[in-house]
Amino acid sequence: MIRLSAAEMAAKLSAGETTSVALTQAHLDRIASVDADVHAFLYVDIEGALAQAAAIDAKRAKGEKLSPLAGVPLALKDVMAQKGIPTTCGSKILEGWRPPYDSTVVSNLKKNDIVILGKTNMDEFAMGSSTENSAYGPTHNPWDLTRIPGGSGGGSSAALAAFEAPLAIGTDTGGSIRQPAAVTGTVGVKPTYGGVSRFGLVAFSSSLDQAGPCARTVLDAALLHEAIAGHDPKDSTSINAPVPQVVAAAKSGDVKGMKIGVVKELNGDGYQAGVRARFEESLELLAKTGAEIVEVSAPNFEYALAAYYLIAPSECSSNLARFDAMRYGLRVGDVDGASAESVMNLTREVGFGKEVKRRIILGTYALSSGYYDAYYGSAQKVRTLITQDFTNAFTKADVLVSPTCPTTAFKIGEKANDPLAMYLNDIATIPVNMAGIGGMSLPSGLADEDGLPVGFQIMSPVMKDERMYSVGAALEAALLSKWGAPLLDKAPIMGGAK
Amino acid sequence: MSLTYDDVVAKYEPVLGLEVHVELNTNSKMFCGCSTIFGAEPNTQTCPVCLALPGALPTVNEKAIESTIKIGLALNCSIAPFSRFARKNYFYPDMPKNFQISQYDEPICVDGYVDVEIQTDEGPKQFRVEVERVHMEEDTGKSLHVGGATGRIHGADYSLLDYNRAGIPLVEIVTKIVPGTGKYAPEVAKAYVSELRDILRGLGVSDVKMEQGSLRCDANVSLRLIGSDVLGTRSETKNVNSLRSVERAVRGEMIRHAELLNKGERVVQETRHFQEDTGLTRSGRSKEQAEDYRYFPEPDLVPVAPDAAWIEELRAGIPERPSLHRKRLQEAWNVPAKEMEAMINADVLGIVEATVALGADPTKARSWWLGEISRLANERDTAIAELTITPSDVAAIVALVEKGELTDKLARQVVEGVIAGEGTPAEVVAKRGIKVVNDDGALMAAIEKVCAEQSETAEKVRSGHLPAAGALIGAVMKETKGQADAARVRELLLAHLGQA
Repeated sequence: MIRLSAAEMAAKLSAGETTSVALTQAHLDRIASVDADVHAFLYVDIEGALAQAAAIDAKRAKGEKLSPLAGVPLALKDVMAQKGIPTTCGSKILEGWRPPYDSTVVSNLKKNDIVILGKTNMDEFAMGSSTENSAYGPTHNPWDLTRIPGGSGGGSSAALAAFEAPLAIGTDTGGSIRQPAAVTGTVGVKPTYGGVSRFGLVAFSSSLDQAGPCARTVLDAALLHEAIAGHDPKDSTSINAPVPQVVAAAKSGDVKGMKIGVVKELNGDGYQAGVRARFEESLELLAKTGAEIVEVSAPNFEYALAAYYLIAPSECSSNLARFDAMRYGLRVGDVDGASAESVMNLTREVGFGKEVKRRIILGTYALSSGYYDAYYGSAQKVRTLITQDFTNAFTKADVLVSPTCPTTAFKIGEKANDPLAMYLNDIATIPVNMAGIGGMSLPSGLADEDGLPVGFQIMSPVMKDERMYSVGAALEAALLSKWGAPLLDKAPIMGGAK
Repeated sequence: MSLTYDDVVAKYEPVLGLEVHVELNTNSKMFCGCSTIFGAEPNTQTCPVCLALPGALPTVNEKAIESTIKIGLALNCSIAPFSRFARKNYFYPDMPKNFQISQYDEPICVDGYVDVEIQTDEGPKQFRVEVERVHMEEDTGKSLHVGGATGRIHGADYSLLDYNRAGIPLVEIVTKIVPGTGKYAPEVAKAYVSELRDILRGLGVSDVKMEQGSLRCDANVSLRLIGSDVLGTRSETKNVNSLRSVERAVRGEMIRHAELLNKGERVVQETRHFQEDTGLTRSGRSKEQAEDYRYFPEPDLVPVAPDAAWIEELRAGIPERPSLHRKRLQEAWNVPAKEMEAMINADVLGIVEATVALGADPTKARSWWLGEISRLANERDTAIAELTITPSDVAAIVALVEKGELTDKLARQVVEGVIAGEGTPAEVVAKRGIKVVNDDGALMAAIEKVCAEQSETAEKVRSGHLPAAGALIGAVMKETKGQADAARVRELLLAHLGQA
């Protein structure tokens, strides 16, 4: 049952073939049997999940009209505040903190009767591409436990790939949904910035952060997307417009006459051979389904990574200032006679990990008087240029495509001491965040050289998220008929029931 | 050794700069829905947003934007079609986010002015104080440092934090430097803050209570040698909690700076704290090294882009400037400046104006509110505004007196009755049976009775000693229970005694 898609689980629930309690219990059992190896979860809310499932079953028994995903379980990235449930963001500094409120995403999940199994592991404060930066230890890729599951949302993607949950919530600041999806053979979507409320998403970089759906199929992602999206008066940057019709798009998967733009700059040198081969193959399949493949150029993308590593750390240096031991979380050095300043210093020294400190220092420097114009100011200009590149490209194509990342999953520890190499992982995903547009990654097969999953990225204009779902669904269908079975069937069978 | 003020201004020219922080009187905070009521139990008016819990986001209070635009318009500013919030980053325990949401290089209102007038020995003088900017920000929480000698965080045994104030909307009004005030700098500073307070009160956007901190003034003062165009080093005096203190603080700083400069020492660029008891300032935080607040645009908030039509709508609703309004009233009512001041100080100008608007004679209206009604308010130890008597009651009483239906003395009884809650003037008149005795026959009877009783006095009057009539008139008034018109009594009495 746990290998079904969320849509199939939902169908079984509404047909009365199973109950939410049974489904939830099956996933809890799976977590119990494999998560010691995968370490996708930081917290499993056994009682809460079962209670929620029982309440949904009761509603269904009474004949209440339920939402499409009612009763289906989900894994929540630990960056989302959930009332009463530990929320650490993968950091020591928030150890033991239980939010007194629900994030809007969590409220929407609860409103849609989606069962929240627990909180998933992540790079500390979403800074990283491997989950190695979690203060609670790395998550392992179910395809190869010695490899990274991507990051920052490696816990969410690994939970999907290991069948610990059929749905998950991720957040994507520079690729934290799409890159983990790519390296675990799952689907991850970063909606248009402002499409899903950020209220209750613990901020890394406010102007880039966006929560989105993670799943094993494009349709599942679309169903979850519609459940969590929509205008939220509690988030000023939330877009006040109807949610794009992504479920309809995922169901139709019609790309006839659509122009698909291949971004010249997001391919070629630096991209692993197997990644490029799978990308070309996907393009051919899309062409066969009736789409027109064109090439587009985005000359300013080469500055995206540099600009990103000024904007994101600048915002994070300010966003993370609130972790000062005064009101919540870790407190270190609070001995008789210690000043507030020394408690703040010690707590931040002990509570933050190396990567977080690195970015706080970078950002503090970039915002300093005398450097602001050269660094933060220039980065904002680059951001405008990147947005213009996208605008131009979207006059030639309905969606843009590229490989999601340059390589397949690397080994745990391989890049841990080389931040630049780590940062390069996000070279193809970052431009999407810079422009605030939508981006999706879906599996396009395995690289010949290492047998590991490769991701295919689809980018759509602001609030035209349905386009990437149409293309994603079309490609998914074409690949599925080519493979004869879902890609994850090729993943090694882990301990526990299949 | 101590310099006199005259010595100072003979040698130096003061340069003023004033920063005023105003707490807006919105019902909710700047970026969340928490209440703003003053004096609640500590930390009861807080939420995830104003406590800066992880994940919480600010949203802008639209009413606060409206109030700020109104302030800008009233101060003759231009309203920016596009302005942004910015983060001012610094660590302090009473600031939950460890940054303050403020405005930096894109404030909402710029380039205004306030004209002020001060009274001098040479007559009234006008000064124009130019306003550089008006911007929005949020207040910090309040810290109370317990133990230690200074009341500051350093050296305190422990500190208590109250976040009720964190996030209260603040508007900061910054002047350009104000040169050319010469020896009048302290008076100009006071007049500016006073004018500003009146304008803000007139707009109804703030309680403007300096003693409660809803209006706070930082006075920047520097001196330069007369004739020089090089600005001196400034000090920034905080904690100035009354209009009088503004004047004292500026004067005190001018003298302190001059003493340092005369000794060849330099003025330290720093904040100073005004001491209400001594009128002196003590050293605060050094500003020698500019603090780096790492301002950048607040990414959690969208820019403020007020609609031009909305601005015009607000502009149309801006009341006449209080000082001009007063001048106009003073001329219309033809009252001396002192009387105007008395009304302002007693806070009855608005009530008097309302009474006049209902048809009462300005002099009569003024004398009732400032006289009898003020006295009754004092007696009851309450504010005039708290009394039940309204401008329309007073206008009605004035009209009754004019029609001769009440004497001044009876009218006082009616006022008292209204204040005692006995109803409208007409109801009090009816209930208490108050009426002027207009019947000459009844009056004559009383006069004859009194003259018979006090025949000696009556004789004195008859023989031309008119001052003696007073006693007889008093007795007649008593006889008629005060309901007679004293003037008519006098007329009839004198006629009766052959003196008419």
